[in-house]
Amino acid sequence: MNFVTPDFMPAMPEIFLLSMVCVIMIIDLFLKDESRGATYVLSLIALIATAFLSFSNFSTESITTFNGSFILDPMATILKIAICIIVVGVFIYAKDYLKDRNMYKGEYFTLGLFGVLGMMVMVSAGNFLTVYLGLELLSLSMYAMIAMQRDSIVASEAAMKYFILGAIASGILLYGMSMVYGVTGSLDLATINKAVSGADRVVMSFGLVFIILGVAFKLGAVPFHMWMPDVYHGSPTSVTLYIASAPKIAAFAMMYRLLVDGLAGMQADWQMILIILSVLSMVFGNIVAIAQTNIKRMLAYSTISHVGFIIMGVVAGTQAGYGAAMFYAIVYAIMSVAGFGMIILLSRAGFEAENIEDFRGLNQRSPWFAFVMMAIMFSMAGVPPFLGFWAKIAVLQEAINSGFLWLAIVGVMASVIGAFYYLRVIKAVYFDKPTDETPIQASMDIRLTLSLNGMAILAFGLYPTALITLCISAFA
Amino acid sequence: MFSNLPLLSLVIWTPIIGGMLVLATGSKNNIEAKVLSLLVSLVTLVLSIPLWTQFDVSLASMQFEELIPWISSFHINYHIGIDGISMPLILLTTFITVIVIIAGWKVITYKTAQYMAAFLILEGLMIGAFASVDAMLFYVFWEALLIPMFVIIGIWGGPNRVYATIKFFLYTFLGSVLMLISLLYMYMHAVDVNGVGTFNIQDLHKLPLSLNAQILIFLSFLLAFAVKVPMWPVHTWLPDAHVEAPTGGSVILAAIMLKLGGYGFVRFSLPITPDASMTLDWLVILLSLIAIVYIGFVALVQADMKKLIAYSSISHMGFVTLGFFLLWKITDNTGSASGAVLGLEGGMVQMISHGFISAAMFLSVGVLYDRMHSRMIKDYGGVVNTMPAFATFAVFFAMANAGLPGTSGFVGEFMVIMAAFKANFWYAFLAAITLILGAAYTLWMIKRVVFGPIVNEQVEHLDDMSGREFFMMLLLAFAVLIIGLYPAPLLEVMHASIDNLVAHISISKIQ
Repeated sequence: MNFVTPDFMPAMPEIFLLSMVCVIMIIDLFLKDESRGATYVLSLIALIATAFLSFSNFSTESITTFNGSFILDPMATILKIAICIIVVGVFIYAKDYLKDRNMYKGEYFTLGLFGVLGMMVMVSAGNFLTVYLGLELLSLSMYAMIAMQRDSIVASEAAMKYFILGAIASGILLYGMSMVYGVTGSLDLATINKAVSGADRVVMSFGLVFIILGVAFKLGAVPFHMWMPDVYHGSPTSVTLYIASAPKIAAFAMMYRLLVDGLAGMQADWQMILIILSVLSMVFGNIVAIAQTNIKRMLAYSTISHVGFIIMGVVAGTQAGYGAAMFYAIVYAIMSVAGFGMIILLSRAGFEAENIEDFRGLNQRSPWFAFVMMAIMFSMAGVPPFLGFWAKIAVLQEAINSGFLWLAIVGVMASVIGAFYYLRVIKAVYFDKPTDETPIQASMDIRLTLSLNGMAILAFGLYPTALITLCISAFA
Repeated sequence: MFSNLPLLSLVIWTPIIGGMLVLATGSKNNIEAKVLSLLVSLVTLVLSIPLWTQFDVSLASMQFEELIPWISSFHINYHIGIDGISMPLILLTTFITVIVIIAGWKVITYKTAQYMAAFLILEGLMIGAFASVDAMLFYVFWEALLIPMFVIIGIWGGPNRVYATIKFFLYTFLGSVLMLISLLYMYMHAVDVNGVGTFNIQDLHKLPLSLNAQILIFLSFLLAFAVKVPMWPVHTWLPDAHVEAPTGGSVILAAIMLKLGGYGFVRFSLPITPDASMTLDWLVILLSLIAIVYIGFVALVQADMKKLIAYSSISHMGFVTLGFFLLWKITDNTGSASGAVLGLEGGMVQMISHGFISAAMFLSVGVLYDRMHSRMIKDYGGVVNTMPAFATFAVFFAMANAGLPGTSGFVGEFMVIMAAFKANFWYAFLAAITLILGAAYTLWMIKRVVFGPIVNEQVEHLDDMSGREFFMMLLLAFAVLIIGLYPAPLLEVMHASIDNLVAHISISKIQ
């Protein structure tokens, strides 16, 4: 057997990021606490450079390397760039929060970067093993990040809960993969796709169910959502920010790789399951969110409902539908990172702005950030002219085109219910008197990034063409 | 001279961008914000006048059209234009906004800049909704204008404002999401001249649809527009919203936002689903008659002036929807559709006229409220003794609200009642009851508030209207009188478009 050197070029961004993380980790060892800023800056540089490398690696064709276990296609490139940019935002928001809480260590950044690497591998996976490799790299980084605040009981509980449930879900996913492997004799997604039609239906169906279960857990779709509110709530906000944003993009990619690249032949089967997940997530997420007073929990349930919409796009089962779901996932990440960024903005040393009451009277303390918060909330509720509206339109349009009119109606009804709790936050921001008159203490870089983030929600809402076209064309 | 300017876009975007500039002046109670807002609203008014003077009344098609591709993936275009139906409503909007800015001049002391900016942005969004030729563009404006209104009621409203504004938002949001589904559904089937999917309203007008599809689409439109109009039984948000809203908010709500619902019937329901409209016209007529009669009685027993006017608005808007849906009953009865034009034009005139009269009525209440901080009828009595000028206007607008000949209130109601006679005697009979009821509740309120002996010390020390208030009232009184005495120019503007509409909806779309 002779060894053939694989083509490394398509995986260049990943290789670069891996080397950078290792370098940053070593440098960080020799840094004193007061010069920790170097780690932060290097991490940002690593992310931006990775995004740039991904961009220069763009290819309209689908390229595979490492014997088909690594795919580079337009979707992968776009999602990788989106992930890197989102995580840049996460790091900028998190910096001061970490400093104030004595958590400003290199581990946050290196683990975060390893997580990004995991996400990038998931996005480009062409093989069951690469999917699993990326997923575990991401998950393990996240478990450790949540547990970083060692003396916090809720954080440890959240980390433990997430770890145990996550491990079970990974195990189930692996079990499903093994069944599919047993029937088709391959771990390669493209090969599996060809073998589906002749494979044993019963075993394949079992495998499919387990795989979807694993995916649904990572996405946080009902009824596999139990971990989300507790983990979002228990984690330090700097970490919640991270786990609530970019990983959902990666989870969407994982769903696409497994179900469409690998099991497209079973579309009729997974469509049925996904419809149930989608309806349950949209309805349950929105209804339960109404009862929350903690804004992190509220956003967790809001995430669940957004996941329902992302799944609806995949249910449509057309190229345009996947494009719409991908657009929704990116839009969700932009809104989510901004939403948690607002929580960080209002928090300061010794004070967590975790409850909806903490947003009271924000309009008096800072009209500008009150406006940004309003943009985020209306965007999440799906009110034009903000970006979230177009994400909903794209997904609903594709669902209706594929004949799922009733699913679209359920979706809009759920979003009307959802509008209530977003309005409640806006009510606190605009209509209530402030209970906390302290001026906002946040450094310039957070203010600037958050303003840009909010403006992106408005500007892309007024002119969403470029982003929509990009996402739809990724699948054409 | 103006021919190459994108006039309609200017009318939409001047107030929106102006509103953002006003926001940038800061949130204190500063004179710059007020002057700038007045300036922006006046510029918008001036810009909107050529829309009328250069309007070709002989054409039924869209004029001042602008078309820029917007979201190519879904074939959504920034496509605007006006015809005889939307043009008067746009002028009404630009006119009323100036009044509202003046009305808030002294009264609003809390976050004045945000208040003024919200109204300017709202103005631009409402004009955008009236001017949209692309259904999705319409929907964007239609939904987006909920945001400033939500904020206006919530920040500057009365004690129960949070309840009222959330109710207002959720009601209208619920009404419109099903319309969104209908639009997306039609996009899937409609094709434009190039054979690709389209949201162009004119192409949707031509789209053939089966009766079942039409009925479902009609019902979703009905829900969206009925909530906005509002029609019985989905009217309950309006009295709450009106009572809690600041005066300016009530004026915009009654004068213009309700008209969006009526406009929606003419622009969407009737031409897109004519067969369903024919099948279900009894439903709309029934709901309209209930609104006219039942809500009229409800208005009679109100103790709160703003609530009374709110119910009176619902009752008057019943005339609008009644006039719009008489076409088929008239055709059945008389064998020709010519009488239907009367009903539709009557409904349109009623919308414009109600815009002026309800604005004036709410401003009158605002004038009293600013002095006494009470909206309760029982707190007043004998206002005429201390505020004679105010009393004159109040009585005049009350007469107009009751439909006195010579005022604009008479023209629309008379036309609709005439049309109703051609359809069915009993429709006309029930509709005409409102002439009695309207006079009863409006004049009885005036009697209790304005006339009689002075009831308490507060009334005794009231100051009459300031020059600012007098000026607003005078402008509105002029408008009410002009339309009342000489409605011909208004009718002439809408005639071609309404004729075209009637011709279009008389033809079945079922294939």
